Amino acid sequence: MRRVLLFTPLALVLILGVMLYNGIGKDPNRLESALIGKPVPYFELASLEDPGQILRNEVFEGKVVLLNVWGTWCPACRVEHPDLVWLAEEKGIPIIGLNYKDNRDEAIRWLQTLGDPYETNLFDPDGRLGFDLGVYGAPETFIVDRRGIIRYKHVGVVDERVWREELKPRIQAYEQEVY
Amino acid sequence: MRVATLVLTLLLGMSAAHATIDIYPLESDADRQRFQVLTKELRCPKCQNQNIADSNAPIAQDMRDEVHRLLVDGNTDEQIVDAMIARFGEFVTYRPVFDRRTALLWLTPVLVLLIGMGVVIGLVVRSRAQASLPPRTLSLEERQRAEDLLK
Repeated sequence: MRRVLLFTPLALVLILGVMLYNGIGKDPNRLESALIGKPVPYFELASLEDPGQILRNEVFEGKVVLLNVWGTWCPACRVEHPDLVWLAEEKGIPIIGLNYKDNRDEAIRWLQTLGDPYETNLFDPDGRLGFDLGVYGAPETFIVDRRGIIRYKHVGVVDERVWREELKPRIQAYEQEVY
Repeated sequence: MRVATLVLTLLLGMSAAHATIDIYPLESDADRQRFQVLTKELRCPKCQNQNIADSNAPIAQDMRDEVHRLLVDGNTDEQIVDAMIARFGEFVTYRPVFDRRTALLWLTPVLVLLIGMGVVIGLVVRSRAQASLPPRTLSLEERQRAEDLLK
């Protein structure tokens, strides 16, 4: 019994070691979205390009899409922009933009100079829908399935690796689903 | 000197508290109190380890606005916290609910306390048991051996 007790420190070190090892490489800034499995919150927003056109949740019906939250004030959005254009043009992925807390003219100029990967752009100057979506730092990219249900969220820049490892397999799986 | 520092700190604290009240007008002292408690118990998702009362991040600003709006609309504290959790997840509350995922978090202090008490009780019991034994005397052979050794 005595002798077994001598091994307690070793056991503790092993347990702690495993726990800490699992934490390595995990980014504590990446929080899981609270909205996974829930529909996109109700919204009524003008289109970025056409202030007269009001868009509602119907834009998310019928196909699996990426919902990309961006703004011209966000440096990381500029970094991921070429990859979004690549996704839209080369891979044919439908991307819906949420222009978050931005200035309309500047946003339109950005799309004209850097290219426009978005099928539709929702204009959310007050950040209302962004808030309801739990957006805490652009860029954020959601996968929304054909029923308008949020299935996945990626916080941070979307690049070729994120596409290959996180987004592509999920989009393909959601497209196969039958309701 | 120490008193001066204390007074200064208190005064600074008061001015900060008043600042929050001025930006978010509320009807009663009770509501002001609730607003302060709520913004202290909600955690900023962007600038982690700061509550939304302390943080200057835009998202914390938005969350304060929303807490204020919900409070003015007559929501209970629980409804307000739930509204935030629905958007940002369990992470935003410094006081997570008790369920399977958070059980370890809540129970670890109790467990550690129990283990510590067990160890202390064990030690006390053992030392008492030893103290209550009659003092052991050496037998004749042992005495002989000891004397041989000491020679």
